[in-house]
Amino acid sequence: MTFFFEVLIAGLLSGMLYALVALGFVLIFKASGVFNFAQGALVYFAALTFVGVGEKLLNWFGWEAGSFLSFVGALLATLAAMVVVAIAVERFMLRGLVNQPLITLFMATIGLTFFLEGLAQLLWGSEVRRIELGIADEPVMWLMDSANLLVSKFDLTAAGIATVLVVLLSLFFQYTKTGRALRAVADDHQAALSIGVPLERIWVIVWVAAGIVALVAGLIWGARNGVQFALAFTALKALPVLILGGFTSVPGAIVGGLLIGAAEKLAEVYLGPLVGGGIDAWFPYVMALAFLLIRPEGLFGEKHIDRV
Amino acid sequence: MLYREAGQFKTSYQADMQIFPIRQDRIGMAVLLLLAFVAIPLLASDYWFQAILIPALIFSLAAIGLNILTGYAGQLSLGAAGFMAVGAFATYNFMLRIDGIPFLVAMVLGGICAALVGILFGLPSLRIKGFYLAVATLAAQFFILWVLVKFPWFSNYSSSGVITAQQVTILGWSVDTPVEKYLLTLAVVALLALAAKNLARTHTGRAWMAVRDMDVAAEVIGIPLMKTKLQAFAISSFYCGVAGALYAYTYLGTVEPEAFNLDLSFKILFMIIIGGVGTVLGSFFGAIFITLLPIFLNQIFHALFGNALPPALASNVELMIFGALIIFFLIVEPHGLARLWQIGKEKLRLWPFPH
Repeated sequence: MTFFFEVLIAGLLSGMLYALVALGFVLIFKASGVFNFAQGALVYFAALTFVGVGEKLLNWFGWEAGSFLSFVGALLATLAAMVVVAIAVERFMLRGLVNQPLITLFMATIGLTFFLEGLAQLLWGSEVRRIELGIADEPVMWLMDSANLLVSKFDLTAAGIATVLVVLLSLFFQYTKTGRALRAVADDHQAALSIGVPLERIWVIVWVAAGIVALVAGLIWGARNGVQFALAFTALKALPVLILGGFTSVPGAIVGGLLIGAAEKLAEVYLGPLVGGGIDAWFPYVMALAFLLIRPEGLFGEKHIDRV
Repeated sequence: MLYREAGQFKTSYQADMQIFPIRQDRIGMAVLLLLAFVAIPLLASDYWFQAILIPALIFSLAAIGLNILTGYAGQLSLGAAGFMAVGAFATYNFMLRIDGIPFLVAMVLGGICAALVGILFGLPSLRIKGFYLAVATLAAQFFILWVLVKFPWFSNYSSSGVITAQQVTILGWSVDTPVEKYLLTLAVVALLALAAKNLARTHTGRAWMAVRDMDVAAEVIGIPLMKTKLQAFAISSFYCGVAGALYAYTYLGTVEPEAFNLDLSFKILFMIIIGGVGTVLGSFFGAIFITLLPIFLNQIFHALFGNALPPALASNVELMIFGALIIFFLIVEPHGLARLWQIGKEKLRLWPFPH
């Protein structure tokens, strides 16, 4: 039973990360209706920039990776880079594609994926690197003693950061003026425009927000598995989360992420050996698909009414 | 002046409904086919056949397949490469396990297998739409590849899951040289393209388009949604499956499941977006464009920098240019190259007296 709980907790924690990436999707989809395939590339770009700037800081000022100064410096530089990316995306991509069908916008984000991946590797090289965040990756003693559970401190911290981020984003969406404007745009582009919401600026803000989420996701994943090209595929992990939770729902992304993470790990451990393993590549998709057959708009997606 | 239908009177319904109603189009098509079947085999080099012509034709076929599903029936799919894999591996197994089966029969059977798998993965389309469906088709992509890798029976227990295409013989004509492979590919692609072009003009094709434009309205006017959608999935997967078989037998020769990964699916999707969604012609344009672009970029790089650039740098810059060009194309001509072609034709009809 302990083993079951360990697997479950590990699943939930990795699910938290899926949820983070899915959150980036949801933010952009809500505000602009763009299905942003480049979210994975954003994660990769952010993580690589963070590491790259960290190395430069070490060279120039001798700030050790993992030290406070290096962390803050790299974080600020990466944030600036994400803002630049957001502005460039709005200026050069979205502005030219207003009123295009969704599939065209989707394809454009795939183009953006290629561009960002190329750019990231061009700037910082493509070798695998580690991110030092200064959080020890060791089991929590207290849980070890009291319940005999093996849970990593690092994973718990990561889950904590993710939770804080989600809460902050929800507050931002719910209670600030910009958040209200964002929701207005999500509801109806034209109506929002007509009451004077600046669409362009809203898009930049949304992409910056998605960039920040990508940065956090990139840091956590990068610290766990190293910064490598596989980070760009986190987007694929987030897609079943999205269809399970609904494209437009922030809580959906979280719950969906947790569900998928837990189910994936449990299936790999308990079902995997029966069929030869490696089922985590498709199991989330099939699970989400089975779920969709029952509820076509996802867990928390808006109910879709067909009108003729 | 040259391209004008004035004076070509249609005196029967048949003449009015033919596939190329304008005489110049018919002549142009005949010239094109002559070029493709006679002139190119005489003139082109082996490099051209292997690196450009054969893959461009095969991708055109796959793009037509995806276009049937996404362009005509409006069901966004990201799993085209998965269905190609089914076609390739099914054809391989038919060739392997049935003695003396002709290649063309095996290929068609492979396509039918792909169609059956397509129907299976098309079932969710009855409930889900749009991007939800797109993500659902990813399930097909990953699941198919996983099955092909995990169960070595499909690759005849070869150690790395790689299949090696058997000798292709058609009625005693053994297809060995690049020219012969090109001709075989061309013949299959030309036939299936003609079939697709005609299919789009039939009852079935119109039903697809009705479903694409608004499925509820289509259902209200009496189009059976389930049948129409599954039909689109089946026929689209059949095309992809045949393209997959050709990919293995006339293009690569040896192929592993990983060759049919998600990147290939995206590539095919790019082809129909850049070529033009919902047109057979666009599939060809898109396939040619996407096949030529990397080669072209490579050539330019060599011409500009020689070998001075480190290969990693060059490949990254290529990736960036590829991505940027896709965005650029989408912005400049969101309806694809086929639309440009159409505009060109409209202009030509009035030229040189535009009034």
